[in-house]
Amino acid sequence: MTDYKNLKLIASSSPHIRSDVNTRSIMLDVIIALLPALAMSVWNFGHWNFRALTMTVVSVISCVFWEWLYRKLLKKPQMIGDLSAVVTGMLLAFVCPVTIPYWMIVLGAFFSIVVVKQLYGGIGCNFLNPALAGRAILVASFAGAMTTWAAADAVIPVFSSTADVVTAATPLKMIGDALGSENIPQTFAELTGKYSVADMFLGKIGGSLGETSALMLLLGGIYLLIRKVISWQIPVAFIGTVAIISLISAPAGVSSVDYMLYSVLGGGLFLGAIFMATDYATSPVTKLGQLIFGIGCGLITCFIRRFGSYPEGVCYSILIMNCTTWLLDKYIRPVIYGAPKKEKKEAAAK
Amino acid sequence: MAQAFFGGVHPNDMKAATNEKAIEQLAAPAEVVIPMSMHIGAPCKPIVAVGDHVKIGQRIGEPGGFVSAPIHASVSGTVKAVEPRPSSMGGTVMSVVIENDFQNTVSEEVKPVADPDSLTPEQLTEIVKNAGIVGQGGATFPTHVKISSGLGKVDYVIINAAECEPYITGDHRTMLERPEQVIKGATLLAKCFGVDKVYIGVEANKRNAAEVLNAKIAELKAPVVVEVLHTRYPQGAEKQLCQAISGRQVPSGKLPADAGCCIFNLNTTCAIYRAVYTGMPVVNKIVTVSGSGVIEPKNLECPIGTPISKLFDACGGLKDDTYKLIMGGPMMGMAQYTTDVSVGKGTGCMLAFAGKEEKYVENPQCIRCGKCVGVCPIRLEPVFMYKYLMKGNWEAFRDQLHGMDCIECGACTYTCPARLPLTHAFRMGKQQVNNARMAAKAKADAEKAAAAKKEA
Repeated sequence: MTDYKNLKLIASSSPHIRSDVNTRSIMLDVIIALLPALAMSVWNFGHWNFRALTMTVVSVISCVFWEWLYRKLLKKPQMIGDLSAVVTGMLLAFVCPVTIPYWMIVLGAFFSIVVVKQLYGGIGCNFLNPALAGRAILVASFAGAMTTWAAADAVIPVFSSTADVVTAATPLKMIGDALGSENIPQTFAELTGKYSVADMFLGKIGGSLGETSALMLLLGGIYLLIRKVISWQIPVAFIGTVAIISLISAPAGVSSVDYMLYSVLGGGLFLGAIFMATDYATSPVTKLGQLIFGIGCGLITCFIRRFGSYPEGVCYSILIMNCTTWLLDKYIRPVIYGAPKKEKKEAAAK
Repeated sequence: MAQAFFGGVHPNDMKAATNEKAIEQLAAPAEVVIPMSMHIGAPCKPIVAVGDHVKIGQRIGEPGGFVSAPIHASVSGTVKAVEPRPSSMGGTVMSVVIENDFQNTVSEEVKPVADPDSLTPEQLTEIVKNAGIVGQGGATFPTHVKISSGLGKVDYVIINAAECEPYITGDHRTMLERPEQVIKGATLLAKCFGVDKVYIGVEANKRNAAEVLNAKIAELKAPVVVEVLHTRYPQGAEKQLCQAISGRQVPSGKLPADAGCCIFNLNTTCAIYRAVYTGMPVVNKIVTVSGSGVIEPKNLECPIGTPISKLFDACGGLKDDTYKLIMGGPMMGMAQYTTDVSVGKGTGCMLAFAGKEEKYVENPQCIRCGKCVGVCPIRLEPVFMYKYLMKGNWEAFRDQLHGMDCIECGACTYTCPARLPLTHAFRMGKQQVNNARMAAKAKADAEKAAAAKKEA
């Protein structure tokens, strides 16, 4: 019979079983969900754009390196195994133009990982989305390079300078420049002639590295929903708000449905709504909070696109809403099971 | 289909190991160690001395207060010792050690009730009290207190057969093998509370049991309804079962009786049946022995006080790399550091885990994913409760985050991808809150006493 005295027993607190899902598996799921969009941006309709791949790899390696170095220097336990730096690296590359020099993304990675993420305590403690904050600082520092977009069918060299790459205005830039002027219907007609709705949906347009293909991003988003990594509230509220606002605010002389489609499919809305705004650390934890967060992102996006000097507002709208997350979490609390009715009424009266 | 409760998780139920195995009688052990505290409330005082001869069903522990339940000998034989022994709750507990004489002499006190159909609620409560019946799902609250505090207030009487913890199959087997005990026990409760029907909540993964019960109900024309519930943990938690069946929520800090519900475990119901129809108090317990460390998992019926090593022996022993023994289910059970503890009235399961170490993380760091908020059946926010407690702020834990409403079901900890010790932290937090309350009370009492002295 078993010698019960010789068992080495652990007497820890319950529960004694844990779900198979852990931080690493969640991050791995996000990486998997980003791959279709990456593949699309490499394939890019005929011209194998390997700079998209090398740019992403450089970004990932620098993010992981900065995280490792910071924690090494400060003698903190290493956390790079959780793959969150890999996700940040991919997302940072996705929101930058494919034509920027490599050193620029290494710098952006430093800002994302060290300043935004690690200085606040590492994973889960940052209050801004690291990739978007990294992009914001790059835009502020290198406005030219960060707002020059290769044309959809441009040939882009992997190693040499990208100065000679054919550039083109993105759909949002075209709309943004014409908004408020007389010739908006004309510009819009030019836009719809240049890119069909199918082009917009597939991603055959100019834009940041990983943001153009709504289809591929949507595939990734559905994967994340099925795997329960994200919930539907933020993406649906965000995209829905942008769709409704653009539907009712189409400029005179432009079909409101077309305006809505080009507003939703152009720019970084899908990437932002599915992968950025849903970032755990910087979005509310309650479902209602997430809905409000998503609606807020949508409203600010439309506001910036319409009135701001930037043609695109997704990045800043998310960063601004990131700053409200603590507020949404503080004031939107679930009504607990069995809460006294009086308290409920009081809360309603307030 | 009944209504849903909030949140919940779906752990792998692991019940296939034992749910088709009939309940086996464990060969009576040579010695039983009966703890004098197997219930919530005051411990019992032993009323036997070393050398006394005791019979099965004979009272050996006198209740130490109103919220308490007497304890009876589970085997016949000689009292070998009355001394503290290791407790399954940690530390030691005064225990009566009986050497089995293998005669199985039953005490003369054990007599069935002459006319079970004409029992008044008071009589039934008295029988339940004398039989030492406590909530046998694990909470071990004395059942007579529950009945008497619920009388007149309750219009929903619910039998808890959800058995939502993974691995455990004792209730499932009881329903399949002893449906008459279940239904007759439930009928007694219906009469006692004067309700038209009693609900039995069964999770959807035990449909065959629901069918057996329904056949029995039809046969006996009993005022009992079987409700098939979602298979989701913690379906069998008292507040959640109340919500799923009656649609009512138990007010914060109150008992189910305050929502007009009274909930009895299936095992408790069978114990009531036995106490009335056979006169036998709680002396036996059905225990599921399972887990990766057990050679041959089984459902065993054994005398109360059987050392858990005897259970494992009956299941072919343990694997050498067993690293954890759990009394109770894997979600809420207590890990044991020794096999010297014995089966109590609330022990429904003994698990042994072997092989791979736990999913333990050296430096767990919250990623704020909010999954814990989604699964909490009380709709608390474990993420913030944990953060406040880590900063030592138990006032915010208590007041703003309603931490004292936590039922410690473990759903948040189960689901946490960062592997934070959430439930553990909340137990400590509640302890801190209680300590502070006691300290404040002691201080107030002392001041009062000082003031009184001054006046005098």
